[in-house]
Amino acid sequence: MAEVKRQVPLEFEKPLSVLAQQIDNLEAQLQEQPDLEPELRHLKEQYTSLRKSLYSNLRPIDRLAIARHPERPYTRDYFERWDSQWIELHGDRHGTDDSAMVGGLLDLGNDLKVIAVGTQKGRNIKEKQSCNFGMPQPEGYAKALRLFKHAEKFGLPIVTLIDTPGAYPGLAAEEHNQAQAIAINLLELSGLTVPVVAVVTGEGGSGGALAIGVANRILMLEHSVYSVISPEGCASILWRSADKVSDAAQSMKITAREILELGVIDGIITEPLGGAHKDPEATAKAAKAAIVSQLSELVKLSGSEVRHDRQHKFRSMGKWRDQ
Amino acid sequence: MDLKDWFAKRRERRERENLEVKQLLPTEDYCALWKRCFQCRELLYTRDLRSNLQVCPHCQYHFCIGAPDRIEQLCDPGTFEEIDAEMRSSDPLEFIDTESYRKRQVAAEKKSGVVEAIMTGTCKMNGHLTALGVMDFAFFGGSMGSVVGEKVARLVERAIELSCPLIIISSSGGARMQEGILSLMQLAKTSSALKSYYETGNLYISILSEPTFGGVTASFAMLGDIIIAEPGARVGFAGRRVIEQTIRQKLPADFQTAEYLLKHGQVDMVIHRNELKDMLTKLFEFHQKKNSDKDKTLVPSSSLSSSKKAGGK
Ligand SMILES: [Zn+2]
Repeated sequence: MAEVKRQVPLEFEKPLSVLAQQIDNLEAQLQEQPDLEPELRHLKEQYTSLRKSLYSNLRPIDRLAIARHPERPYTRDYFERWDSQWIELHGDRHGTDDSAMVGGLLDLGNDLKVIAVGTQKGRNIKEKQSCNFGMPQPEGYAKALRLFKHAEKFGLPIVTLIDTPGAYPGLAAEEHNQAQAIAINLLELSGLTVPVVAVVTGEGGSGGALAIGVANRILMLEHSVYSVISPEGCASILWRSADKVSDAAQSMKITAREILELGVIDGIITEPLGGAHKDPEATAKAAKAAIVSQLSELVKLSGSEVRHDRQHKFRSMGKWRDQ
Repeated sequence: MDLKDWFAKRRERRERENLEVKQLLPTEDYCALWKRCFQCRELLYTRDLRSNLQVCPHCQYHFCIGAPDRIEQLCDPGTFEEIDAEMRSSDPLEFIDTESYRKRQVAAEKKSGVVEAIMTGTCKMNGHLTALGVMDFAFFGGSMGSVVGEKVARLVERAIELSCPLIIISSSGGARMQEGILSLMQLAKTSSALKSYYETGNLYISILSEPTFGGVTASFAMLGDIIIAEPGARVGFAGRRVIEQTIRQKLPADFQTAEYLLKHGQVDMVIHRNELKDMLTKLFEFHQKKNSDKDKTLVPSSSLSSSKKAGGK
């Protein structure tokens, strides 16, 4: 039961942690009162079945909570697990190195060398502040673009990891043209001749996420979310109420399965029961396998086929009626 | 409504007043006649405002205008040929907030008099063939959903086919929340179409009008070869209120105005509405290709300088 106690339980997990607490208490008394054994066994069975039913009936708002879990693996956690010798590259070459956007050279093995780029959240207060809570400034998008161009020049496939509440809404960010920084990435990514695979690992927050998400193949982790605006933002604008976050999350269809059904993404990477943070090692392994499998298909295409494939993918997105 | 109609209506009203119990002019009729300037608070006669291109004659405030008015102002009379006029939003998410998306669409059509947040087509501007897209803020706050994204992409493709300049006039609150992730993907779709257009070497002019924000600035609106803003137009990525809440400080009064953008290097120029068509024409003429690419390769490089001189005459 240690894992449940160690990690911060989410709101919907509370009944589970109550049960875990009871089990721990019983276990402590077991030495003196061996007759508690059947009760303990019963509680443990209850725990297992409750856990299973909780995680198989997650509401969008619950997945949102898992996607934002403070112990969820972040971009650097994946990079380090995929290639412990990865070489980080820094800077936008115009005076800034945005820590909310990280990238570098990764060897995924089997002769698959890639440029990997992703948004980075911080683990503790100091890190969070330095990464600006995973919200890049325009300079962060320029840094990503610089790395994309590096990949194009050297014919390296690109892997991007998306986990951001969105592009930073700030004074300097506006003055330095946040909107154009995103737009130019969308434009340039769409023209690349090297394959791009994007994975939404946590929060896919609007344009700030898409700015590194114009990929040939888009994957989402099982409990990750991807949306045009945060459910909080949507609730406050459309419902004019901060209490309607759950309704907004439901209406916008932000979960991996719903987005797969809408034809926007290409696959879902299964997470360990309870979420990626329960077993980051296994999650990283599953994500890598999914990426490698997509890339090994894409590298067979010519450069112009790769570009056409990506442009065609986004060209066909959208639904309307003619009448 | 012109003056004649106005007098006729007044006469009608007076006759009615004589017959019936005294009745006030219905609010709608009153509002149709007069508009108060948002900036200087002067009361303006709507017919004057219209003939002044919806710019306040006292303080030069540029009113937000609808797509049909804008097309009338810019295109040579009778030359605008709309494309995809019948394309309408569907409801892919079956979205409901306090009201269903379907019902909101019907209300938006009624309120704005247009069927989507952008009108696209081809036209002549002082004789120049142009692909033109005009957003309409009155329809769903000019928000971009699947229809806006698809119409922009098709307009860009038409400009590629015709090898002609492209103009998009933006006025938008951002992406349309009711179409969720599909709206977000329109940012990529429109930008991707522009990538192909860039490679044709034709000119794309983006015009930013009051107001332009979010997903529209984060895609086609900020990708113009030349970007023009209308005086006083507010343009940005995030809204002022969101930024103030995030950074917990007051923003400068002129923050995100066209003039502020000009100062910060984000737009090429701020142009008064009554000079816009002339400026566009000048820009077209300056960028007009003299020779096709094929001809260019026939010119020996040694004679390039003299041919340039001849071209510039
Ligand atoms: Zn005025």
